[in-house]
Amino acid sequence: MIVDILIAACLVISGIFGLVGSIGLIKLPDPMMRLHAPTKATTLGVGGALIASMLYFHFVVGQFSFHEFMIVLFLFLTAPITGHFIAKTHLHLGHRPEDLPPTGTDRPWASYESDEARAAIEAAAEAEAEAARKGG
Amino acid sequence: MIGHALDFAFGCYGLALLLNIYRIVNAPTVGDRILALDTLVINAIALLALFGILEGTTVYFEASMIIAMTGFISTVSYTRYLLRGDIIE
Repeated sequence: MIVDILIAACLVISGIFGLVGSIGLIKLPDPMMRLHAPTKATTLGVGGALIASMLYFHFVVGQFSFHEFMIVLFLFLTAPITGHFIAKTHLHLGHRPEDLPPTGTDRPWASYESDEARAAIEAAAEAEAEAARKGG
Repeated sequence: MIGHALDFAFGCYGLALLLNIYRIVNAPTVGDRILALDTLVINAIALLALFGILEGTTVYFEASMIIAMTGFISTVSYTRYLLRGDIIE
């Protein structure tokens, strides 16, 4: 009975979160805001559905299956990566570097720094560290 | 009780899929379209898991694993293509 309540609660919560994620994708006004809804709410929703399935197969059917756990792990690992890539796409297609807030250092946002500039800065830091080691 | 909760979850995810398809058809920017495709894949995985509960079989989990991997790779290659003009450098 308790297990039934637990499984039903997981299913209902997962359904609500999945729906909220997709409504947020439609409703929110700004591209960067729209990125929030699916990457967080929908991932949590699908996690709830897979946990409900795990509980169901363990307690009701009586066979333990490990697959759901692997799928949840894979989704929780890949959701931040896809979110990061889509945010970078929004940044490059929809914003200019001058519009972004200042970084507080001499260097620009990492996404806009050219490879040559980064190599020069890293070589300078390396040389400085080498000099400090020799001096010490 | 599990049956009613399952029906509710099926309804929610079905509606979510329809909203995602609407967003794919008219998206304001290209990034939104990729995001909607990624969400569509994740919602399809949830629907497959629910269908596995309904049928009482674990056959569908291999399918959802493969869909999860394909969805991740396709999202990353779309964004890579838009960012660099090339997928494998």
